[in-house]
Amino acid sequence: MQCAVIAFPGSNRDRDMIAAVTKISGKPPIVVWHKDSELPSVDVVIVPGGFSYGDYLRSGAIAARSPMMKEVARAAERGVSILGVCNGFQILTEAGLLPGTLMRNASLKFVCKTIELEVVNASTRFTNLYRAGQVIRCPVAHHDGNYFADDETLARIENNEQVAFRYANGTNPNGSLNDIAGILNDRKNVLGMMPHPENLIEPAHGGTDGRPLFEALLETVNA
Amino acid sequence: MIPNEPPLTPDLIDAHGIKPDEYQKILDLIGREPSFTELGIFSAMWNEHCSYKSSKRWLKTLPTTGPRVIQGPGENAGVVDIGDGQTVVFKMESHNHPSYIEPYQGAATGVGGILRDIFTMGARPIAAMNALRFGAPEHEKTRHLVSGVVAGVGGYGNSFGVPTVGGEVEFDARYNGNILVNAFAAGLADADKIFYSEAKGVGLPVVYLGAKTGRDGVGGATMASAEFGDDIDQKRPTVQVGDPFTEKRLLDACLELMQTGAVIAIQDMGAAGLTCSAVEMGAKGNLGIELDLDCVPVREENMSAYEMMLSESQERMLMVLHPEKEAEARAVFEKWELDFATVGKTTDDLKFRVLWHGTEMANLPIKELGDEAPEYDRPWKVPARPAYEIDLVGEHPDIADALLEMLGSPALSSRRWVYEQYDTLIQGNSLQTPGGDAGVVRVDGHPTKALAFSSDVTPRYCEADPFEGGKQAVAECWRNITATGAEPLAATDNLNFGNPEKPEIMGQLVMAIKGIGEACDALDFPIVSGNVSLYNETNGVGILPTPTIAGVGLIPDYARMARTGFAAEGQPILLAGALPNWGTHLGQSLYARQFFDRADGAPPPVDLQFEQIVGDFVRSLIREGSVSACHDCSDGGLAISLAEMALAGNIGATINDLESGAQSRAARFFGEDQARYVLTLNTTPGSAEHEAIANRAHDLGIFMPLIGITGGQSLKLGEARAISLSELRQAHEGWFPHFMAAE
Repeated sequence: MQCAVIAFPGSNRDRDMIAAVTKISGKPPIVVWHKDSELPSVDVVIVPGGFSYGDYLRSGAIAARSPMMKEVARAAERGVSILGVCNGFQILTEAGLLPGTLMRNASLKFVCKTIELEVVNASTRFTNLYRAGQVIRCPVAHHDGNYFADDETLARIENNEQVAFRYANGTNPNGSLNDIAGILNDRKNVLGMMPHPENLIEPAHGGTDGRPLFEALLETVNA
Repeated sequence: MIPNEPPLTPDLIDAHGIKPDEYQKILDLIGREPSFTELGIFSAMWNEHCSYKSSKRWLKTLPTTGPRVIQGPGENAGVVDIGDGQTVVFKMESHNHPSYIEPYQGAATGVGGILRDIFTMGARPIAAMNALRFGAPEHEKTRHLVSGVVAGVGGYGNSFGVPTVGGEVEFDARYNGNILVNAFAAGLADADKIFYSEAKGVGLPVVYLGAKTGRDGVGGATMASAEFGDDIDQKRPTVQVGDPFTEKRLLDACLELMQTGAVIAIQDMGAAGLTCSAVEMGAKGNLGIELDLDCVPVREENMSAYEMMLSESQERMLMVLHPEKEAEARAVFEKWELDFATVGKTTDDLKFRVLWHGTEMANLPIKELGDEAPEYDRPWKVPARPAYEIDLVGEHPDIADALLEMLGSPALSSRRWVYEQYDTLIQGNSLQTPGGDAGVVRVDGHPTKALAFSSDVTPRYCEADPFEGGKQAVAECWRNITATGAEPLAATDNLNFGNPEKPEIMGQLVMAIKGIGEACDALDFPIVSGNVSLYNETNGVGILPTPTIAGVGLIPDYARMARTGFAAEGQPILLAGALPNWGTHLGQSLYARQFFDRADGAPPPVDLQFEQIVGDFVRSLIREGSVSACHDCSDGGLAISLAEMALAGNIGATINDLESGAQSRAARFFGEDQARYVLTLNTTPGSAEHEAIANRAHDLGIFMPLIGITGGQSLKLGEARAISLSELRQAHEGWFPHFMAAE
């Protein structure tokens, strides 16, 4: 599997993501600069976390309009796997690749801690190494992670099994509707999530609960 | 003829913080009246903040060298060898005055400034800490200041992308009018790729990089060198505004540029902006500098030479570049969409010359402005030492209740409300995050190495006895680093004091530096960088003397590292470094303050030789893999350490009654005697391994008795009632969020 990580000015978990992909697949990803107009031929595209363009205007709003994101949208149409984490999730919703939006945390404060996640849909290319209903640990670190969608959209994504992860056991850190932590597009080839699985992939991180997501996505382990 | 608008008057000179004798020095030096721009330049360079004129004489006495020290004080940051051709680059710096005036931006730009100091040296920042001191919780401004400062620290550091792995938060009425924001950062660099500020070569381009220059922060360094009065709100325009997005790009661009070999010298624009950076580069390299301000990228129109020279706009750098690499350098900055402009050149005349609209606005001798700035030997008075003993009438009737009350007090409650607003995990290398003894970050690219970071000082000890307090700050930092299994390498000092023109305050500064020096010498823990913040006074009331010490330690193999939480049930709990009659020292203790409203007595003395023996032994036990948990004893004493260990590990403990004849029970559990660690061993009490370790301690002259055993879901201290972990947790976690919610 060939993987690309998109870097914007202000991305700052790009290095964490590159390290995770490299450690898990043994192969470093191609790092694509936001101004490049062509996306190399890859199987997986990852939009990493950070504060692209300083999160000015709205989180992810400016990055979503960069030339590279048009390429990412085309790749999504072709069925390429797209993973957006944290600011990457915000960019994917701003780019219209995922429904809903991410508002300021209900606490109005940045929050960094480890929360619990329920794997809601375990039959996707991202989650098939987890069990449905499995509860895993995962860190969060964000200011704007409060998932919101109108009632109709919310009902649609719930019915269509587009909710991949939910905050579990009262650990919702941001006020997200329906405790939503990660969602898929209709075709289930695009996943956006606020928590950072790339920061929980080796024992030194205090756990490896994030690892199966990458193992599934990069097909280093068969489901 | 240098233009002089407006004309200089005694009031104008005084408003620049220049004393009459200093003005006379200027007249003698240049043989004429300075221009208005020149007056601004002198005020920027000769103020306390930039020149260290009151403290320099004493700072020189600190130990600053050692086998691992590559760069000591005098550069943007200190550099220390960590083996394998790698170095750790670190410094701590205050942003006290701006943070009181405008807490969010003051704190944010404090973090931005210290990060810039680190990557200016060629290092990628890997860890940050901050030591914050606020006024009394009940003071009307405190909640607003806590909220703004914490959001500002997080807002900048989180966006920049550096994990905040440690720090301090403390409350005391003496900071009501003068909070302290001390920001620390550390980075990694290869030993052969360190960059310095000394300019070399005549006629080379001086290049301006980063953000544009505006009017923000004009006169900030001068403001930070004066006391506050009631006109404080008028000083808001002297606070800078931070943009972490630009700083992140500046980091990426600088590190990329440094790889091209284009950089001869580099200096960030911090306090006193363009003036200070240009003068420092030239003075250090024994070169003159000529600046043409018409080439400086600006974001406001009609800026005067004075404003441009004193602007403290953030996220700016000055470099001397190899001329043949200028085009390559420009391309890097254009990629990151940052300004790049050649604004001057190096000269051989040792003059600092500033041109503006074709006119020479300043022409000053660069050495006297910079490294030969005036120095004072201010009068100082040795502070009176308090009586050693305090005589408490009675004691708290219930150890369990006392513990709960102390754990839930502003001084000792959990700081989770604060550190959950900081990204503690970014970069994926954080092994220990805030809440333990020290933050630990592994060294990226190395299979086993990690670095430990801790920031410490106990200002109430320093107030009672600055010499012992200075020693204690160093010892506690050294001890916290040791408690993870790390070897303490070196430290940075951030000395926060009141008005040095008062002999009592100057005496505090001098004695604290003497104490710090003695401790650093004894513990082989040199000071490699630092910062002095004086005039922390409002309406004549000074802060508690607060010499913050932030240290760095090296863990060769993080598989053999200790954490504070109890790790397993049924393990022996030992008190290393215990006194034969247990804890004795209640002078300056939190216990005496909490229950008896007593703030007298001497701080617990530090026996530096004993400190080192105990610390070295504890570290060797950790590195052998014998230790399952380790925590030092500090504020609040043994009982607080035990409670924190139980909470961190979610495992309870039963502690023996610690019989000691006439000693009060309170002193045993709440005395703040130094050089003590609580350990648990990877074995059972009384096992052969336990006995062997106890014998080794005995042979070294260390009393390390078994004081209890881990297990269960409650903490029982001697004969006191057992306290459930949930009750302990509620007490510990409750205060801060309630306070901030004004409940």
